[in-house]
Amino acid sequence: MLAVLTLLVLAPAGAAGAQAPPGSTPGSTPGPAGSVPAATGSGTAIVGTLSTASGPVAGAKVKVLQDGAPVGEATAGADGSFRVPVPEPGTYQVQLEVGSLPAGVHLASGATGALDGVRVFAGRDKNINIGLERDGDAAAEVGPSFIERLANLLLSGVRFGLVIALCALGLTLIYATTGLVNFAHGELVTFGALVAWWASASGGLGLPLVAAAVVALIIAGVFGAVQDVVLWQPLRRRRAGNVSTIVISIGLSIMLRNIFLVVFDGNPRAYSQYATQESISLGIIHAQPKELVSIFVCVLALVLTGALLRYTRLGTAVRAVSNEPQLARASGVDVRRVIFTVWVAGATLAGSGGVLLGLTEGVQWNMGLRILLLIFAAIVVGGLGSPIGALLGGLLIGVVSEVSSLWIPSDFKEVVALVALVLVLLLRPQGIMGLRERIG
Amino acid sequence: MNAQTILIDGLRGAVGVSAVSFALAAIGLNLQFGYTGLMNFGQVGFLLAGAYGTAIAVEHGVPFPLAVLIGILSAVVLGLALGLPTLRLRGDFLAILTISAAEILRLVFRAEQLEGFTGGVRGKAGFADPFFSWNPLPRGRFGIGDLAFDERALWVLIVGWLLVILSTLAVRRLVRSPWGRVLKAIRADEAAPASVGKNVFLYKVQSLLVGGVIGALGGILIAVDAQYTNPDYWLSALTFYAYVALILGGVATTWGPVIGAMLFWFLTQALDTALRQAIEAGYLGGAVDTTDTGPIRFAVVGLALILLMAFRPQGLLGDPDDVVVIDQ
Repeated sequence: MLAVLTLLVLAPAGAAGAQAPPGSTPGSTPGPAGSVPAATGSGTAIVGTLSTASGPVAGAKVKVLQDGAPVGEATAGADGSFRVPVPEPGTYQVQLEVGSLPAGVHLASGATGALDGVRVFAGRDKNINIGLERDGDAAAEVGPSFIERLANLLLSGVRFGLVIALCALGLTLIYATTGLVNFAHGELVTFGALVAWWASASGGLGLPLVAAAVVALIIAGVFGAVQDVVLWQPLRRRRAGNVSTIVISIGLSIMLRNIFLVVFDGNPRAYSQYATQESISLGIIHAQPKELVSIFVCVLALVLTGALLRYTRLGTAVRAVSNEPQLARASGVDVRRVIFTVWVAGATLAGSGGVLLGLTEGVQWNMGLRILLLIFAAIVVGGLGSPIGALLGGLLIGVVSEVSSLWIPSDFKEVVALVALVLVLLLRPQGIMGLRERIG
Repeated sequence: MNAQTILIDGLRGAVGVSAVSFALAAIGLNLQFGYTGLMNFGQVGFLLAGAYGTAIAVEHGVPFPLAVLIGILSAVVLGLALGLPTLRLRGDFLAILTISAAEILRLVFRAEQLEGFTGGVRGKAGFADPFFSWNPLPRGRFGIGDLAFDERALWVLIVGWLLVILSTLAVRRLVRSPWGRVLKAIRADEAAPASVGKNVFLYKVQSLLVGGVIGALGGILIAVDAQYTNPDYWLSALTFYAYVALILGGVATTWGPVIGAMLFWFLTQALDTALRQAIEAGYLGGAVDTTDTGPIRFAVVGLALILLMAFRPQGLLGDPDDVVVIDQ
C-alpha cells in the first residue's frame, strides 16, 4: 500500500516523462526539511495523476463537489493526469467514479475514491492522491522495495546526521572546555552558509562554490575568534555563572539572527552552483552527487578533528582543559589560548556544517535555529562534552529521524528526533559516552 | 519625527494585551526561575497548552468558563509530564529538555495528520464569543486623547490586568510562606532543604506547575483577544522574550515581571514607531525599509539582553544577591 502511494507521488515522471516538470528529480529521497511540491499551472485547481504501479490510468472520471453541489469534473488523460479548476479557495469533496475505471483497475486496499474536506488555498493547486491497483500488481512488486527505501533513507539519515555531528562537535568542545551551553551556536551554522552564499553569488564575490566554501570557513573561524575575545573572554574573567552565560548566548542568538534577517532578508536561497543535480544510482541507492560529496567532506572533517585532538600537543591540551581545567593550568597549559583555539575550531566546524546544509537544504536566515535543537539532541544523546559522543549522537539523531518516515508521516521527523532526546535524558541522562558525574 | 506618536505607541504597547500576556508568562517564570532557580525554557509550551486547551474544548461544546478551566488543566498535565521525569536532572539539561518539549508540542499541533483535532497550521478561531458577550462596557472609545481603546479591547485589558495583579499577589503570598522559603532554599543549595527532610523534588514540581498555570493564563488571554490561535505563534523565541522582560524588571522581585513586561513592550513599540518614522523621513538613507523594523527591533532586544545580563543582571528592581544565588 505504501509502495503504491509512493509511486503515485512520483508518477508524473514515471509516466513517459512527457509531462514531467523540468525540475523534478524522480527517485531522490526527500531532504530532512521536507520537499515542497511546486505549484504548476495557472489558476487554482484540484490536480492529480491516476496511476498504478504498472503505469498511468487513462479515461477515469473525477468529480469535484462543494457541499454536495457539483463544481466540475475532468477525465484523466493518457498520462493519467486530471485537473479540475475550482472557482475559489475553500473546502471541496473529490469523487472518483469507480465505474469509469478501466477493466482490471480498482481502488487499492484501504484507499477511498471519495475524499472529503479537500482544502484548496489561494493561488496554489491542490494535489491529491487516490490509491489504485491493477490486478496482479501486488504480486509483481514493481515499486521500490522496503529494503530499497530503507537503504535510501539510511543514506539520507547518515548525510544529515554527519552534518549535525559536525555542528555538534564544535558545540560540545566549547562546552567541554568552558562549561558554556551556547544557544547561539545555530547562528554560527547560519553564518557559514550565508557567507558561502554571498561569496558564490554573482552579486557578491562570484567565486566557484568550492572557493566560496573556503572563504566561508576562514571568515567563520574569524567570527568565532571575535566572539571569544569580545564577549566570552571578558565574561570568563568576571567568572560569570552558568545561568547568565546561557542567557547571554540567547541574547546573542536573537541579535545575530535578526541581523541576518535584515541583511539577507527572509527568502530561502540556493547556491548558484549544484542547486539541482541528476541523481545517480548505485544499485538500490539513488542519490545526488552533492549528497555523497557532503558525506565525504563530513567524514574528512570529523576524522581530521579527531586526529588533531588525539595526536597533537594542542589536542592533548584541549582534552586536559576539558577534564581538569585547574590541573591543566597548574601544569603550564595556557588555558586561555586553548579555549581561544577551541572557539575558532568550533566556529569553523559549525560554519562548514552550515555550508553543507545549504548545499542540500538551501540557505536561510534561521536555518541554524531550525537545527539547533537537533544539535543539542546529538550532544546530549552522545554525552555532553564527548567528541565521539557528538559523532554518535549526530548519526543516531539523523538516522532515527529519517528512517522513522518509513512508518510515521515525515512531518514528525523532527518530533521523533526530539522524542529520542527526551527518552535518552530520562533513561540514560549521561548519554552514550558521557560520565555519570556530569548529570548532577 | 513625531515624539508624541512615539510616546503614545509606546504607552499603548505597555498596557496592551501583549504586555499582559508577557507579564503573566514572566510572573510564572519568576516563580520557577527567580525563586526556585529552575531554568524553564519551555514556558511557551504552557501558553500553547492553555490557548489550545480552551479553544479545542469550546469547539467540542464545552461552555466557555469550563473550557478555560480545561485550558488551565492542560497546562497542569503538561507540567506533570514535563516535571515528573526531568526535575531530578541538572539545570542545563532541564533547559534543553523544556525547550524541546515546547517545540515538540508546536510541531505536533501543526502536523497535517492531526488537523482534525488541532486545526493544523490554520489553527483554531472564533472560540471566545461568550467572553465578549459578557462585556459590561457600553460601545465607544475610552481613554485620554490618542491613547484610547474600544470597548472590546478595554474589556480584555481589564480582565487581563486583573489577572496580572491577582497572580502577582498570589506569588508574593506564596514566596513569603514557609513553602516559598523552601523554594528559595532549593535555589541556593538543594542539599540544605533535603538535609532537613524536605522533598526537594516535590517542591520543584509544584513550582513548575504553579508557574506554568500562570503562564497558561497569558496564553489563554492572548488567544481569546484574537479569537484565534495557530501553532507558529508559539515559538521558543516567545519564552526568551519573556525572560528579557523578567530580567529587565528584576528576577525574584514582586513587581519585576510586570514592570519588565510593560517596559519591554513600551520600548519595542516606541522603537518600532521611531524606526518607521526615521525610514519614512529618509534619515536612514534607504539602507533599510519598513519591513526591516521588526527584525531591527528584536536585534536590539537581543543586544539589550546581553548588556543587561553582563552589566545589570538584577534589572530595575532586583537585588544583586538574588542573582548571585541563582547564577552559580
